[in-house]
Amino acid sequence: MTATADNSRAADSGATLSRWLAQRELDRVTLLVIPAVAFIILLFVYPFFYGLVLSLQPKTGDWLANYRKFFSDPWLYNTITTTLALAIPSTIINVALSVPIAMRVRRLHRRRILTTILVVPITLGTVLIAEGLLNYLGPQGWFNRALMFFGVIGSPVRLVHNYTGVMLSLIISGFPFAFLLTLSYITGVDPSLEQAGATLGANARARFRHIILPLLAQGLAINICLSFVQTFSVFPSAVLLGEPAGATRVISIAAYQAAYEAYDASMASAIAMIMGAVQLLIVAAILATRSFLYRGSAGSGKG
Amino acid sequence: MTIAARDFRELRLEGMSRNFGTVNALKDVTLGVKRGEFVALLGPSGCGKSTALNCLAGLLTLTSGSIWLDKTRIDELKPELRGFGMVFQNYALFPHMSVRRNVGFGLKMQGLPKADIDRKVNEALNIVRLANQAEKLPGQLSGGQQQRVAIARAIVIEPPLVLMDEPLSNLDAKLRLEMRAEIRRIHDLIGSATIYVTHDQEEALSLADRIVVMRDGEVRQVGTSEQLYITPAHADVADFMGYRNIIKSTATPAGGKIRVKVGGAEIDATPIEPVTSGKAVVAIRPDELHVDPNGPIAVTVDSAQYHGHDFYCSGKMADGTEIYFRSPARTKRGDTLRLKVDPARALVYGDQGQ
Amino acid sequence: MDREDTISGKLWATSMWVLIGFFIVNLLAMIATVVVNSFATRWLGTWLPPGFTTRWYVSAWQEFQLDEVLITTFQVVGAVVVLSGLLGVPAAYALARRNFPGKQFVILLFLLPLMIPPITFGIPLATVLYQAHFAGAIWGVIIANLVPTVPFVVLVMIPFIEQIDPRIEAAARVFGAGTGRLFIHVLVPLLAPGILAALLLVLVRTIAMFELTFFTAGPSSQTLVVALYYAVYAAGVRAGQSIDAMAVIYMVTTLVWLLIALRFVDPTQIVTRVKQEAR
Repeated sequence: MTATADNSRAADSGATLSRWLAQRELDRVTLLVIPAVAFIILLFVYPFFYGLVLSLQPKTGDWLANYRKFFSDPWLYNTITTTLALAIPSTIINVALSVPIAMRVRRLHRRRILTTILVVPITLGTVLIAEGLLNYLGPQGWFNRALMFFGVIGSPVRLVHNYTGVMLSLIISGFPFAFLLTLSYITGVDPSLEQAGATLGANARARFRHIILPLLAQGLAINICLSFVQTFSVFPSAVLLGEPAGATRVISIAAYQAAYEAYDASMASAIAMIMGAVQLLIVAAILATRSFLYRGSAGSGKG
Repeated sequence: MTIAARDFRELRLEGMSRNFGTVNALKDVTLGVKRGEFVALLGPSGCGKSTALNCLAGLLTLTSGSIWLDKTRIDELKPELRGFGMVFQNYALFPHMSVRRNVGFGLKMQGLPKADIDRKVNEALNIVRLANQAEKLPGQLSGGQQQRVAIARAIVIEPPLVLMDEPLSNLDAKLRLEMRAEIRRIHDLIGSATIYVTHDQEEALSLADRIVVMRDGEVRQVGTSEQLYITPAHADVADFMGYRNIIKSTATPAGGKIRVKVGGAEIDATPIEPVTSGKAVVAIRPDELHVDPNGPIAVTVDSAQYHGHDFYCSGKMADGTEIYFRSPARTKRGDTLRLKVDPARALVYGDQGQ
Repeated sequence: MDREDTISGKLWATSMWVLIGFFIVNLLAMIATVVVNSFATRWLGTWLPPGFTTRWYVSAWQEFQLDEVLITTFQVVGAVVVLSGLLGVPAAYALARRNFPGKQFVILLFLLPLMIPPITFGIPLATVLYQAHFAGAIWGVIIANLVPTVPFVVLVMIPFIEQIDPRIEAAARVFGAGTGRLFIHVLVPLLAPGILAALLLVLVRTIAMFELTFFTAGPSSQTLVVALYYAVYAAGVRAGQSIDAMAVIYMVTTLVWLLIALRFVDPTQIVTRVKQEAR
């Protein structure tokens, strides 16, 4: 009698445990997620905290010495403004241009050819674009030649090893990304919404302003955030195509120099933290602004 | 009550055609619609009814033909200049706008002052019985409620013509019946002309003043509900209108009338298309075949489904053809019966080789 | 409905096409410059070079030790592709099919390495890898490159798996398939196109991934893009033509794989990794 009672009690608690697990959908399939999660925690989350702690253990001085040094040395803190001077205009240009061009292109039948060509700069990467622009925009390059040929300028314009070159490379590598993202959001808007707007008397501009743009707002905010974050971390173009010791001394260069030229891993981590913090602040600001606008889906809201 | 449709006398479609590449979606459709009429465009999918509606709205351009509103030619106008109201199959409510702003959108586009817009929106919401949902977002409403917002949005601009594209097809059966009555009530109230696209013949029969049956881009028949129900003009129209028995047959003249072979038996019938002899097709409604021990048609029952009032049966006739009929008495598989039909209700058409 | 009738409408439309045309023309011209220069004997002050040769390719091959670099590149890329698939696909399956507590946190965890640019987490990551004595050698490079690619595979695969009706798996079980046979006969065939697409995208992205390799590579574990950077950086010393020959070899490598990837994937998927919608 007691044996079976014990057995049944054990069976009961076994049953309750498996029911508890099942209710939370924790079974062998869920375990499949563990290797990837462990990997990311080990090699993304841990290095972040390691870097944070390391940045607070400078070679000399107290725990805030790195940060104090950064914000008291213009050679260092000016990199923030220099980087913003590149990142903000290029992001605005890339995202702002992507909207009207995507609106125009969205009904094109052979859209895939266009999107394929635009994927090329993203695939080639910033190093190759830097080398390409060094050739193409150089004083002897085709671009200057063409401008002189058409009489737009008299002598070659300086487009490389300066701010302009880096800006242009940020647009070449950044615009396709912003454009493809905007295009995917625009084509995600239900076409019957525009049709309904038209039957109610809205012309193309009114349809864009009252129907499409509000539904794009969330996507555009994400687009701006992602584009900004990419342009803010500009590195090889700033070195190869810009003035790494002058007008295009961006914050990633400062971090690199601390790590690989001064061998000061602590300072380098501090600069990386500051970089992340600035990006986070600006992304938060963008998203906070957006939350004053519409928040919702781009579907027809069928119940 | 100040929402009333704009006045006009007639909307004319003249030879309206629309091609998509090599596909003729609409072939030479000609039709006149008067103010206050409720016209249904009825047909199976692919028949061109939605294409016709989109051409009327201006969402598609015509390949040839023209559309006239009284003396004004409108087929070259963009949709925003036509002033028609349209109710979409998926409602197409602007998800980021409240019900009030959705309904008021057309009035805002007309540039009306806010006070007028509010007044008209309230009236429209009262008509569709949604006055207390004005501040909700479409995502917070049920399917039936969204449908009503879509209707309110279309009628508040007081259009001469309201276009409806299968508005009830996404609702469940019970709601569909309720909304059907609502749609007709609203139509009668505001006095506009309504063009209503559907593939459901029951819906068309119960709602419309006139029905336009379409197939493969062509108009097959235009008529009232009774006309289409009692005398469909072609075999395919009969098929669509519920004449479930479409039987291939041969016809022979007999006196002034015509006799056809059905299931091995010869019966009197009524020609609808000009057929005097040779191959023909006979259309008979299942409910117009009566079980009669002296009837000419012999049937062996295949299946009998209980439907309360009677049994819906299918069976095989002497020559192996299937026939569908209704039987008041208890019937089961394997029974042998005889059927008869009133000659006026056996309709004969030419054999199109379908 | 989009017919342009007004003059201002037509003008606006034309200027949009002009803008995008201008962009594409300049892009193609830029690429052409590099290609032309790589075949030029020398090129100064003229529209086209006076003569053409292929000797720069030979010299670049030797100068930059491209045989070793290419082998390293494909070792790194191959390892990254395989490992990110092995880690990412099962994780994606679990996330697509199960709704466990902490799921949102896990998804956020996978989103972060994709949204934060490589430089920001690359330096701390490199520091850790150097401490663990992985960096400076090929395994350091592989591990570093896995950090953005594992989440990428996960996030690309989730909507793909969600599209497969779970009732198909249930049906297979009802008809007697155990987990092994379910996997082989049902899941793998259905998932294969998605996995292929995701891995091809990983391949293309890793070939072009600069910053992470740059921070973790030693002199013998450089990938092609890093070697190219160093060559351009030291451009005063070497002939521009041989650098461009290397650049062309790099371009061909990436673009060949891009074209292969595009047979299976829409171009926009390379980009919209953070969009939740499945199309």
